Amino acid sequence: MKSLGSIRRDFAPWNDPKAKPYIQFDGVTKRFGDFTAVNNLSLTIFEREFFALLGASGCGKSTLLRMLAGFEEPTAGRILLDGQDLRGIPPYRRPVNMMFQSYALFPHMTVENNIAFGLKQEGMPKPDIEKRVADMLKLVKLEQFAKRKPHQLSGGQRQRVALARSVAKRPKVLLLDEPLGALDKKLREETQFELMDLQQELGLTFVVVTHDQEEAMTMADRIAIMDKGEVMQVATPAEVYEAPTSRFVAHFVGNVNMFEGKVAERTDKATRITGATGAQIVVENGAAATGADIIFAIRPEKIRVSSKKPADAVNALEGEVYDIAYLGDMTVYHVRLDDGQIVRASALNAARVTEDPLTWNDRAWVSFRPDAGVVLAR
Amino acid sequence: MSNTAVADAAAPSTAANPFLTRLGAGFVSRLVIIVPYLWLLFFFLVPFVIVFKISLSQTAIAMPPYTPVLDFRDGVSGFFAGFRDLNFDNYVWLTQDALYFKAYLTSVVIAAISTGLTLLVGYPIAYGMARAPATIRPTLLMLVILPFWTSFLIRVYAWIGILKPEGLLNQLLLSLHIINQPLVILNTYTAIFIGIVYSYLPFMVLPLYSSLEKMDYSLIEAAKDLGCPPTAAFWKITFPLSLPGVIAGCLLVFIPAVGEFVIPDLLGGSQTLMIGKTLWNEFFANRDWPVSSAVAVILLLLLIVPIVLFQHAQARAQEQDK
Amino acid sequence: MNATWSRFNITSITLGFAFLYLPIVLLVVFSFNESKLVTVWGGFSTKWYVSLFHNQGLMDAAWVTIRVGLISATVATVLGTMGALALTRYTRFRGRVLFSGMIFAPLVMPDVITGLSLLLLFVAIGMDRGMTTVILAHITFTMCFVAVVVQSRLVSFDRSLEEAAMDLGAPPVKTFFQITLPVILPAIVSGWMLAFTLSLDDLVIASFASGPGATTLPMKIYSQVRLGVTPEINAACTLLIAIVTVGVIIASVANKRREVQRQLDERAAQRG
Repeated sequence: MKSLGSIRRDFAPWNDPKAKPYIQFDGVTKRFGDFTAVNNLSLTIFEREFFALLGASGCGKSTLLRMLAGFEEPTAGRILLDGQDLRGIPPYRRPVNMMFQSYALFPHMTVENNIAFGLKQEGMPKPDIEKRVADMLKLVKLEQFAKRKPHQLSGGQRQRVALARSVAKRPKVLLLDEPLGALDKKLREETQFELMDLQQELGLTFVVVTHDQEEAMTMADRIAIMDKGEVMQVATPAEVYEAPTSRFVAHFVGNVNMFEGKVAERTDKATRITGATGAQIVVENGAAATGADIIFAIRPEKIRVSSKKPADAVNALEGEVYDIAYLGDMTVYHVRLDDGQIVRASALNAARVTEDPLTWNDRAWVSFRPDAGVVLAR
Repeated sequence: MSNTAVADAAAPSTAANPFLTRLGAGFVSRLVIIVPYLWLLFFFLVPFVIVFKISLSQTAIAMPPYTPVLDFRDGVSGFFAGFRDLNFDNYVWLTQDALYFKAYLTSVVIAAISTGLTLLVGYPIAYGMARAPATIRPTLLMLVILPFWTSFLIRVYAWIGILKPEGLLNQLLLSLHIINQPLVILNTYTAIFIGIVYSYLPFMVLPLYSSLEKMDYSLIEAAKDLGCPPTAAFWKITFPLSLPGVIAGCLLVFIPAVGEFVIPDLLGGSQTLMIGKTLWNEFFANRDWPVSSAVAVILLLLLIVPIVLFQHAQARAQEQDK
Repeated sequence: MNATWSRFNITSITLGFAFLYLPIVLLVVFSFNESKLVTVWGGFSTKWYVSLFHNQGLMDAAWVTIRVGLISATVATVLGTMGALALTRYTRFRGRVLFSGMIFAPLVMPDVITGLSLLLLFVAIGMDRGMTTVILAHITFTMCFVAVVVQSRLVSFDRSLEEAAMDLGAPPVKTFFQITLPVILPAIVSGWMLAFTLSLDDLVIASFASGPGATTLPMKIYSQVRLGVTPEINAACTLLIAIVTVGVIIASVANKRREVQRQLDERAAQRG
């Protein structure tokens, strides 16, 4: 069985037409004065899904999250949670909780009082609060820190207190605003997996906002890529990477080489593309009509660089090695094709020694399989 | 960085956050604006209107010693009708008597000179503090602020004992045989300068210090690295960058110094002339309320430009803090 | 880094602090002078302190001053905090420019103008001058200082703390009293202290606003100073300085210790 990416997914309600959406953004627009932060956006998120909103600064992803939490009201459109319209419901009456980017731990309260804060607002009986707080502390492994104040904790510990506080009320949805943004790289990687485990354990729906594509790819079931207040693509991490539907998404996630061209010829199986400078490329996917202006996008790791033209290659272009970067686990080549375009190719250093070493200014061939890239509309 | 940087920047232009709007719907939160607003309107703005109105009324030998101007017995229309009886005699009086003109002029000149002197004295102190080891900076800062917490009146009073003819300064200088005759300092303008510089020094040092302390020392190193000698580096880099502090400090000294009363009264004696003292005497000694109101109105007009400048600087500093 | 903590800097700081403190030190020293002449040393004595406490006029004035200070500082703190909230939280309301103008202007307004205008107000509304009018006047000019102190804290206040509280189910008013107020409390306290000292210190505004029977300590000291310098006044001043100094030092040492403890905690947290 063929699949995009290396993971087989059993949890995929988005492919099930009968599945009931849990969170629905329906034509939501948010304007701040003249600035449109979110523009007529529609999106559905399913129960127990780990959903990521990915985008650059100012793309509107945080505004979307804040509208769900109730800190902002949409200028137009509606937001439904479990079928209920959230309009007019203040943040303190919504069954969602948020973990803040700054953690927003109350500096004058101990760790346990921070965690208990939301429960006290509910009017939960005291013994129940104590039990829940103890459970939460155990969940985030901070039992011995209960009496500390936030400033007596390390960054990672604070992050876990913020997490415990936001899940203590058992919200229907947990919103996470750049949850790992303040942690250093190593801690971030560990915490990513902890968050995933926690989501499984609690069975909650998570909506996370991040600008870090690796973080989104690691944790999320599906990713919505946003730009200028609009959703560009909603798909699983593998789909986003292997089958981007637009030039923006292809560019935004990972590295990519783009060839501009025209569809020269179409058969049932393959499409032949003529590049702007004459290069001929044959691809096995892509539905553009003959004569259409298109872009062929291909990831660097799907391109092979060799000193001789590979005998079996369907697509092979000649050029000169322009730059090489040895990164340890892989080597990145920049090859200047004879038509002037620079192609980035990366090769995994699977062996310690290579049979075909290249150096600067060597003549070289770049080759790739017909199903290695995607055809995008120009 | 916040991923809603753009949205955040745009947000303040809307009325408020939705929960604040909701909060704003409640009467409780409206009170936050209304109560201090009304208080200041009634106890700060209305009094100025009254001062202005009285400055246009006539002196009367009565209590209160002026023809009534806020006569609400006839209702609001009576209040406005009263405006017809107003006249500018008091202002004409001020222009005719050279004493007032001289008092305004000397006040501004004395305030300006003392501001310059305070800057000269304060800048090296602020500079030294800003370059002090970070560990002792808070202590130095506290030492500058401490006199500010002790009574202004006491600090001025302390100088009387030092400056008077048989005072400590003259005793010291005489015993060291530097002078043969006691210097006359008390009850001269020199004493006023000393008093102002001394009393207002913290107001100058604090803004200077905060702008100097913020400055990145590597800027000076960069200038030196690029071939700039230390003195030139000071004038080309440090001083221009400390200008916001210089301006704030000068305004904080100049504005109150123009209207200063305690210092010229206690240190300047009867021979010196400053407008704050004139106003006080006009009011308490001559009991001429309309004239002293007119004096106050003109003093206020004199200070409006520096006060507006001060508010601008204040608002800009706040923007930067954000 | 502190390459220029040079001899020049040390000299200018030393001279500067000598200038700031020498007059006060001399004043304190001569309050212990046996001689009635303030400027001639006649031996150590505490007799002026004894006579001070028998000076009923001064004692009464001190009591008036303290009451005025306590009441006006407290009301000014409430009003000033409200004003600071209004300025930072409501970016647009009718007359905001006027409002912020009225907050900032009193900071630099010459005392004679403020005093005169308040007096004329009290006369115009037919209010008898006395302690009440002094308190009203002091509230008016000190609340602006409180507003500025609290406002500078609110500007750096992390709004997500309030959002977090609401997100966890606390309604706005509850959020204010459980989160906002405790977090900005240190600024409110220093605002109160500032208002209190400004009130203790004020001569000019109190002179205008006060009437018979309500003489504050600065007014009393001023009237005696005009008659001549006496060691008794030195003693009174020394006591005032001592009270304020001890208060400020305690406050700042407590602050410093909190800060040091905090830094230690943070360092420990980073390690552990």
